[in-house]
Amino acid sequence: MTTIVIPRVNYLNVKTTVASWLLTRDHKRIGVMYLVVVALAFFLGSVFAAGVRIELTTPEGDFVSADTYNRLFTMHAVFMVFFVLIPVVPAILGNFVMPLMIGAKDVAFPTLNLLSWYVFVTGFLFTIAALALGGVDTGWTFYTPYSSNVSESNVLLAGIGIFITGFSSILTGLNFMVTIHRMRAPGMTWFRLPLFVWALYATSLVMILGTPVVAITVGMVALERAFGFGIFDPRLGGDPVLFQHLFWFYSHPAVYIMILPPMGVISEVIACFSRKNVFGYSFVAFSSLAIAVFGFLVWAHHLFVAGISPYSAMVFSFLSFAVAIPSAVKTFNWTATLYKGAIWWRAPLMWVFGFLGLFLVGGLTGLFLASLGLDVHLHDTYFVVAHFHYIMVGGAIMGFFAGLHFWWPKMTGRMYSDGLATVAALLVFVGFNLTFFPQFILGYLGMPRRYHVYPEEFQVLNVLSSSGASVLAIGYSLVAIYLVYSLFRGERAGANPWLATGLEWKTESPPLPHNFPETPIVNEGAYEYSKREVKVA
Amino acid sequence: MLPGIPLFPEQASTLAPEVDNLYFFVTAVTAFFALLVVVLVLIFAIKYRDRTGERVGAPITGSIPLELGWTIVPFFIAMAIFGWATLVFFHIVRAPDQTLEVYSTGKRWMWRFQHIEGQGEINELHVPLGRPVKVIFTSEDVLHAIYIPAFRVKADAIPGRYSSIWFTPTRAGEYHLFCAEYCGTKHSGMIGRVVVMEPNDYQAWLSGGGGLSMQARGEQLFQQFGCASCHLPDGSGRGPSLAGKYRSEESLANGTTVTVDDTYIRESVLTPQMRLVAGYQPVMPTFQGQVNEEGLMSLIEYIKSLPSTRQTAAAPAAAAVAAAPGAPR
Repeated sequence: MTTIVIPRVNYLNVKTTVASWLLTRDHKRIGVMYLVVVALAFFLGSVFAAGVRIELTTPEGDFVSADTYNRLFTMHAVFMVFFVLIPVVPAILGNFVMPLMIGAKDVAFPTLNLLSWYVFVTGFLFTIAALALGGVDTGWTFYTPYSSNVSESNVLLAGIGIFITGFSSILTGLNFMVTIHRMRAPGMTWFRLPLFVWALYATSLVMILGTPVVAITVGMVALERAFGFGIFDPRLGGDPVLFQHLFWFYSHPAVYIMILPPMGVISEVIACFSRKNVFGYSFVAFSSLAIAVFGFLVWAHHLFVAGISPYSAMVFSFLSFAVAIPSAVKTFNWTATLYKGAIWWRAPLMWVFGFLGLFLVGGLTGLFLASLGLDVHLHDTYFVVAHFHYIMVGGAIMGFFAGLHFWWPKMTGRMYSDGLATVAALLVFVGFNLTFFPQFILGYLGMPRRYHVYPEEFQVLNVLSSSGASVLAIGYSLVAIYLVYSLFRGERAGANPWLATGLEWKTESPPLPHNFPETPIVNEGAYEYSKREVKVA
Repeated sequence: MLPGIPLFPEQASTLAPEVDNLYFFVTAVTAFFALLVVVLVLIFAIKYRDRTGERVGAPITGSIPLELGWTIVPFFIAMAIFGWATLVFFHIVRAPDQTLEVYSTGKRWMWRFQHIEGQGEINELHVPLGRPVKVIFTSEDVLHAIYIPAFRVKADAIPGRYSSIWFTPTRAGEYHLFCAEYCGTKHSGMIGRVVVMEPNDYQAWLSGGGGLSMQARGEQLFQQFGCASCHLPDGSGRGPSLAGKYRSEESLANGTTVTVDDTYIRESVLTPQMRLVAGYQPVMPTFQGQVNEEGLMSLIEYIKSLPSTRQTAAAPAAAAVAAAPGAPR
């Protein structure tokens, strides 16, 4: 082992006061600050999920009251969707590594980047306030007229929280887009960009174009709730289904905000640990853009039984099948990347394998729901719950963990236990499948979602699901334990512990305050592993 | 295989096998692709494993034929599923012409069902075996959805408009009826059962209830609210004749046309000025707050029953021409 040089001054030790963190404009520190808030939100969201799963172990409503149950599943989703899934990869990993990957000193607007974090935290605090005052019981979808006229919970406060948080997304999207256009190192052409950067670019597009719509929609609900505007309430001449169109016009593309960045992570990790170019680089890059654009044209597939015309349902069904194709293309390219690789089994790759298995199931079950004739039966059942958890937890969260394990040595300068990380990946994979696979069966059997009590014949599958959730909880806790432990006792990582290509590995770990001693010059593609002076496997 | 664990719902309507066959097909196709990828990933990961971490992979960057192949083949498979699923969907949403009709209203947290013959029931729906049944429903408050898993049908109940589902039961028995659209505190208590009966038993059940038929109740309301004093059957009143108007095209004062269906009749009672029939003055008062959802449904049932007569059908058309001079007709 070569001696590892620890940088004397790095972004972590350059200043250590609390103020130096709260007023930092360093993209790396901002990434770490997002990690702290998102971890807190993830913990809260998990506690609510645990409440839901405990309640559902018996058919009767014996653990919490119906109102509490409704608040539990709503708050679970509100925290997980708006404060975990949307920011988890772009705001944490994107902020930390994207400027490093393109050879920049920082993002284009460092102060705006800090402002985004404060906006995010402000929205988070409003939502916490809504929680502290008793929570919200509308479901995260806030369907009218229940949310606008009937619910007696803290809809306004949570709405304001989500409204504010949206601006954090918009500002981050703008910042990333300008950074990727203007801040690339000399020689870093568009087609030498790492695929994670392409994914973030596509995501930024969705954030900028989609988020304002949900902000406007939440504003309309607030106007109706506070002043009785007749926008969604039919008694005032409004239309409740209009809300669903507006809501999903953002919230379906938001699914791509959640999944595109982890897809980018997968490309990075697979290339590194199979020591190869990503198969079909430009197809993978353009499929991200295709998903971002098509993603805006499928929203009404959430409304197939909401009284829309059968002909418009047909169009949206067709487009929903079309948007599945770029995801399939990515999956085939990742598989092909492994072919004739020199595959180094390390923990980040194990999380990628977990991602592939779960994302496959999540993506393919999407075809069931895009199928008009099946969706009538499956809509609003546990089949849908299982499907989107496979995409969002199986896809986005597994992808995030793959990236976190991949870049953790870069972020902290320390290594974690590879063995424990592999065990955790396995536990999460098994626990996840045990939790959510039974829900596909429950859904086809006809168990509706958001049910506090349910008929007895569904109990066995629900008990299976709840026991899986406890395995999942052990897996996630294990990750927290060994990562925190590594901060204190982990081996020094060195600049490039994975022997990876990519500019982020050419600087020290943890990186210098301004990333690179001198601006790097790029003269090859992102994944030129096979050009190395080492024997081919 | 696993005692006590149900894996598959009962099939109790003509639609159920159609939906299930599609489900099996999609399951088979997706399982094939999932296995293909998982097996390939595992084979590659094991076969090309490098324990040192120091070797490098083969210099392969991509293949255009492969990319085209795995774009086009999945696309055509997706289109096959799309086509089949759309056909099944049109069977689900298009009710046959001759159906038994039942009206229903959802409100937090119960379902009321109103049979045309007069029987009303709560959280239970009795239907005969082997006859197509259409349930026409709305909501009095927030969104709900009628969902009968054994029949594979579902539709949202939306305040302010009518939705419908239809099915032909194929097995006598009792089946779950769920509210599938979240509606607040007791959403999971807004459940009931559908009782499929032998036709003779159903007839006996129907006649056991007594009470006025919906048509008769609608006629009572029609008199009680004074509708009859303006909507004269010969078209000479202050409002258009309603005889034989159901499902016909009506010209509106704003120059468009509308098909007279349940939703339009409902709207005309509650907000009469919204889509006024051409040639008539906006003089009708609103009946918002005076008539409930079931009263509305009875009125609709009564208006549906009014027979068409030639001279009355001609009158509004003449009025429309008079209102829009120069419009060739």
